[in-house]
Amino acid sequence: MAKAFQKIYTEITAITKATCSLKAEGVGNDELATVNGKLAQVVKIMGNDITLQVFQGTEGIPTNAEVVFLGKAPSLKVSDQLAGRFFNAYGDPIDGGPAIEGKEIEIGGPSVNPVRRKQPSELIATGIAGIDLNNTLVSGQKIPFFADPDQPYNQVMANVALRAKVDKIILGGMGLTNDDYLYFKNVFANAGVLDRIVSFVNTTENPAVERLLIPDMALAAAEYFAVEKHQQVLVLLTDMTLYADALAIVSNRMDQIPSKDSMPGSLYSDLAKIYEKAVQFPEEAGGGSITIIAVTTLSGGDITHAIPDNTGYITEGQLYLRRDSDIGKVIVDPFRSLSRLKQLVAGKKTREDHPQVMNAAVRLYADAANAKTKLENGFDLTDYDNRCLAFAKEYSAQILAIDVNIDTTQMLDIAWKLFAKYFKPEEVNIKQALVDKYWVK
Amino acid sequence: MTQGKVKGIIANLVTVEVDGPVAQNEIAYISVGETKLMAEVIKVTGDNVFVQVFESTRGLKVGNLVEFTGHMLEVTLGPGLLSRNYDGLQNDLDKLTGVFLKRGEYNYPLDKEKLWKFEPLAKVGDKVEAAAWLGEVDENHQPHKIMVPFVFEGQYTVKSIVKAGEYRIEDTIAVLTDSEGNDHNVTMVQKWPVKKAILAYKSKPRPFKLLETGVRTIDTANPICEGGTGFIPGPFGTGKTVLQHAISKQAEADIVIIAACGERANEVVETFTEFPELEDPHTGRKLMERTIIIANTSNMPVASREASVYTSMTIAEYYRSMGLRVLLMADSTSRWAQALREMSNRMEELPGQDAFPMDLSAIIGAFYARAGYVYLNNGKTGSVTFLGTVSPAGGNLKEPVTEGTKKVARCFYALEQNRADHKRYPAVNPIDSYSKYIEYPEFEEYMANLIDKDWLPKVNSMKTYLQRGKEIQEQINILGDDGVPVDYHEEFWKSEVIDFVILQQDAFDKIDAVCPLERQRYMLDIVMDICRHDYSFDNFNEVSEYFKRVINYCKQMNYSEFHSETFEEYQVKLNELLNEKQIKA
Repeated sequence: MAKAFQKIYTEITAITKATCSLKAEGVGNDELATVNGKLAQVVKIMGNDITLQVFQGTEGIPTNAEVVFLGKAPSLKVSDQLAGRFFNAYGDPIDGGPAIEGKEIEIGGPSVNPVRRKQPSELIATGIAGIDLNNTLVSGQKIPFFADPDQPYNQVMANVALRAKVDKIILGGMGLTNDDYLYFKNVFANAGVLDRIVSFVNTTENPAVERLLIPDMALAAAEYFAVEKHQQVLVLLTDMTLYADALAIVSNRMDQIPSKDSMPGSLYSDLAKIYEKAVQFPEEAGGGSITIIAVTTLSGGDITHAIPDNTGYITEGQLYLRRDSDIGKVIVDPFRSLSRLKQLVAGKKTREDHPQVMNAAVRLYADAANAKTKLENGFDLTDYDNRCLAFAKEYSAQILAIDVNIDTTQMLDIAWKLFAKYFKPEEVNIKQALVDKYWVK
Repeated sequence: MTQGKVKGIIANLVTVEVDGPVAQNEIAYISVGETKLMAEVIKVTGDNVFVQVFESTRGLKVGNLVEFTGHMLEVTLGPGLLSRNYDGLQNDLDKLTGVFLKRGEYNYPLDKEKLWKFEPLAKVGDKVEAAAWLGEVDENHQPHKIMVPFVFEGQYTVKSIVKAGEYRIEDTIAVLTDSEGNDHNVTMVQKWPVKKAILAYKSKPRPFKLLETGVRTIDTANPICEGGTGFIPGPFGTGKTVLQHAISKQAEADIVIIAACGERANEVVETFTEFPELEDPHTGRKLMERTIIIANTSNMPVASREASVYTSMTIAEYYRSMGLRVLLMADSTSRWAQALREMSNRMEELPGQDAFPMDLSAIIGAFYARAGYVYLNNGKTGSVTFLGTVSPAGGNLKEPVTEGTKKVARCFYALEQNRADHKRYPAVNPIDSYSKYIEYPEFEEYMANLIDKDWLPKVNSMKTYLQRGKEIQEQINILGDDGVPVDYHEEFWKSEVIDFVILQQDAFDKIDAVCPLERQRYMLDIVMDICRHDYSFDNFNEVSEYFKRVINYCKQMNYSEFHSETFEEYQVKLNELLNEKQIKA
């Protein structure tokens, strides 16, 4: 695929599992190259020694492989034609459709000037009360599900995507199992919304290192729609743990000193570069937005591992799913879940009592958890304990379960109803003015 | 000037072959096409100079031209810094064009055309030295002193000084003669290398004046002093940012500098959006008028993250030299440490714990040491109070950044996951946290004069109740509610009253968010009075129900305007309730 006048190098000096090195001149940092047709990127230059990271892995690359430098960084062709299409990590169609015609833009481009951002202020309603009531999402936010691999995070995410009122949904799938890939494809097709969905997919069948391109591809497309078409864009990234694992593989092959949990020392910056693409643009810049919902799978619920830990410091909250044995359903865990931007909309775009009701309910739910511990340790329960337990069960079923689909006002009304059913006003610790107005008599 | 050529590139670490002398930390510019990228020398071996580039190195090639500047990274100091939003290298973010940051776009941080109303303070013939006040201009209603540049060594005589009037920052406002008879023109603007502390003051005593923040768990329980240092470590989701924002909004400082170092862009945007609207509770002027924001968010170039904390500190020291009280907040110092780690890693240095550089704790120590309360050479005082957040990996406080900081910071505000889970905000653990200033006799004396002669003893007794409450809670957890005497429940619930009424505070409630010191004293007196009494209860169920009602009334007081009708009504109700059960001595 060399064009006229492009120099072809044929002498590779070193090969590792993910990189190969050669002597070449006039090469730019981050530049793309092909090695026997496989796409690679410049990661290190020392004089005329060039190290290339080969995305598909170096299996079968001979020392006399043909290397051609392409003189550009990884890029994506963008236009309205992206809508409804499925692509691989290089931005090439995998759905049998024609190639995209459009403007070619570099992926992994520069950051938005922070003074050109607008404070997020639009609620994204999902109908799931465990999210809308306790952890309200806001456009321009970035938030991951912290989930164990056996939890139904992809289903919840697909639900959220379909219910959210957005112009485009961009799926970035990293290490998706083929089954999950087909699941997303079917759900989107059945909902009749394929035309507002763009997917970049790397399945477990594809080489791991290729995954590194997926978030940048998905976000380059998202920036195109948000900046140039002024659209509200929702980006789904699943699973970011597999992305980070790919980073670790590459840094390991490049002999970098690992920091915590064998992850590269730059993990925080690498993840931040992706998540910080979430943005709300002000009216004068068209008013578009990019919201990111991601998945970070945990190993045995351990959030102190470097991947969820660094993610938690970057994202604006996190959502946890948990199976509640009392009601036999998966719920959004109210203790550990958090949306940091919720106060920008709670009580402002929703009813005034939202923040206080949300906190009071969670506090009572915590009292129920304490009562449960007491019960398990064989102690007698007080009347208050028993009331908390009864409250918790109903609260869990009517509010926290992921199969709930109601609007926030209904959620608040349910909460007040449950307060009145089990408690006295002074036990819920809510501002008197709100109690006077909303207490169910 | 020395020039060089690019020889190697790994991410933002570039090796340069040079043709002349270079200095450690010298600034250089690397040409890529039309743009020039700023870089800093971080290591020299023979003709090979290692520079860290403050921007993306995409497209950089071997052989690109590198020009050295002969100076270290400097900030420009002069009137007009307030209310601005800078990046870590002091570029004015508002002046940059376009939605996206373009690499290699740098600008002048001040306004060269603006006229400032200058009033001379020095007279012809005055003997002056570095940082002496020559005159002042009005900057957002604060006196901004025009000083003898910090780089001037020894004594000078004022040869001439301009009359009161309007001048631009680059106009000569005074001519100074040095001891050898040479004349030096002084303007309103000067430069200073960020990595060097400004030492133009007479002495640095121990801090002893309270810096009021309006946050009860700080001012009452673990106060920080003007010129003091403190740090807030906490796992994510424990309310570090909310607490920091509360302090930056409410603290009784003349100047607030916020260094957003490697954190979320939306958090800075919150400050950009709110500060121009919100009022400073002490002066009634807009918060933004006293604020400078240094934004180097997590997606901005990593190398300038390190620069951003030094840029902020240097600007803080500049305002301190004017006799002002400066509060510097850095969120988060862990991101700065990580930037150091990335660089050290690329230079293949032998790593210390968790792959951080070996000298990390020395670097942190030297930085915290730049804060302080000082007596200036003219006898006036000024202060830089520094509060840093730490984001410990995995919430584990036994990691290098937390440990390095703990050695040098005098206040420690431990945010606790468990408190956050139970929505007990601010989630500062009252027992693990500390303020070393409480142990200073000069601080105790200051507080006795300021608020109440028994203030610190009261605070101590409050902490004893909390400690006791915690111990009893553990016993109840082991022995069960009826395994301990009813008295124990009473003791435990007294500590809960302290927790709910004094320690917890609703940062999102208009009234409760800011609690002035006088109000803190009033509530502490009420709560301590509740604690001092004995009560008559028949069983433990009664205890919790009773104290929940007590807490409810106190909280309603916290939510009401101080001494308003509603406030007084709840106090009457509270007193009635207390009379029901209190045993009169």
